[in-house]
Amino acid sequence: MKESFRALTRSQAWRSVFRHGLPLSNRTRAEAVFYNFFLHVHPTKVRKRSVKFTYTWGLGGLSAGLFIVLVLTGALLMLYYRPSVQQAYGDMKDLQFVVSSGQFLRNMHRWAAHAMVAMVFLHMLRVFYTGSYRPPKEFNWVIGVILFVFTVLLSYTGYLLPWDQLAYWGISVGTNMVRSVPFGLGERISYLLLGGNIVGENALVRFYVLHCFVLPVAAMVLMGIHFWRVRKDGGV
Amino acid sequence: MAQSDERTTDPAKRPADSFTRRHFLELIGAGAIGMAAVGSGVLSTEYLSPNVVKEPPTRFKAGMPESYPPGSVTLDKEQKVFIVRAKEGYFYALSATCTHLGCIANWKAEEGIVACPCHGSKFDREGNVIAGPAPRSLPRYAMSLDDHGQLVIDKALVVGEEATLKV
Repeated sequence: MKESFRALTRSQAWRSVFRHGLPLSNRTRAEAVFYNFFLHVHPTKVRKRSVKFTYTWGLGGLSAGLFIVLVLTGALLMLYYRPSVQQAYGDMKDLQFVVSSGQFLRNMHRWAAHAMVAMVFLHMLRVFYTGSYRPPKEFNWVIGVILFVFTVLLSYTGYLLPWDQLAYWGISVGTNMVRSVPFGLGERISYLLLGGNIVGENALVRFYVLHCFVLPVAAMVLMGIHFWRVRKDGGV
Repeated sequence: MAQSDERTTDPAKRPADSFTRRHFLELIGAGAIGMAAVGSGVLSTEYLSPNVVKEPPTRFKAGMPESYPPGSVTLDKEQKVFIVRAKEGYFYALSATCTHLGCIANWKAEEGIVACPCHGSKFDREGNVIAGPAPRSLPRYAMSLDDHGQLVIDKALVVGEEATLKV
């Protein structure tokens, strides 16, 4: 057993993936972190205070974890959901009552979305109360605020997709709020957002594309910058 | 004195405000990128704003005048319009879309008012705001009779409060 493991770790394939030795010395332990894509974002030094669980409550990590849950369940839901006026509501009902585990995945997506809004908000409160927005981290606070807005926008665009009464009137009310933007811009923005004057086929497809592609990709880019800056500032 | 020559290739010996070939090329490059950015911005907005939308027509038929008894308020749910017939017998068409945030308001016959379910705005049967957050009264739409004596309402034409249709 031990021999075959040793043979495996000495093989060319293994060594091309893990280019350092087993983490037996300080040097190889450090290399195990430096040469790993997922670990390399760790800061070179961490303050003892910030590792304490009750300092961060792990809220940023929970938000990111929920985002991953949402991406995975969302991708699965996309397999059965078609964003058209004729089919959207029926597809949503099929997911609940016909597709195996469909109800579970839809509920998981929905609850994770609710939880993510709550977690991001609590994370924001924590950062505020620990004063972690102070120099030199002001810009990361700004990115965080944009990420919070994206989280809310993702929830809002997802709200239309079931195409039920709640969705329809929710989006009608929301886009009517946009109409009150001054200088005649409101009407224009609302027209671009809905792809027309009413909440119809174009609006459904636009919200679908925003929900499944534009907003998640934009959020992922900002999350990358957000985490990188946290690490550079010695956070965890 | 070679140092004072304008065409010197040594940047340190050039006057600070001289317009060099480098500046010229930088300007052309930045200008081209700028134009491309503005152009793609404009074209993207154009692309995102549909030239043709398949939305229901604004003009619709509302049936024969006899089907509305005097003193009645009838909601056409499909068209989002109240067809009101006053006690005196004349007609007018009120938008059923709440002027607050666009929900469909309902006629409450027992109270004799139009009420919005979303945020509690209330209107009288003339469409004037009597309570709630609605900023304006409900607009009236142009109403006419076609050749067969049917009521025709045009939601694209908003008319004043004095505009009624006598049948």
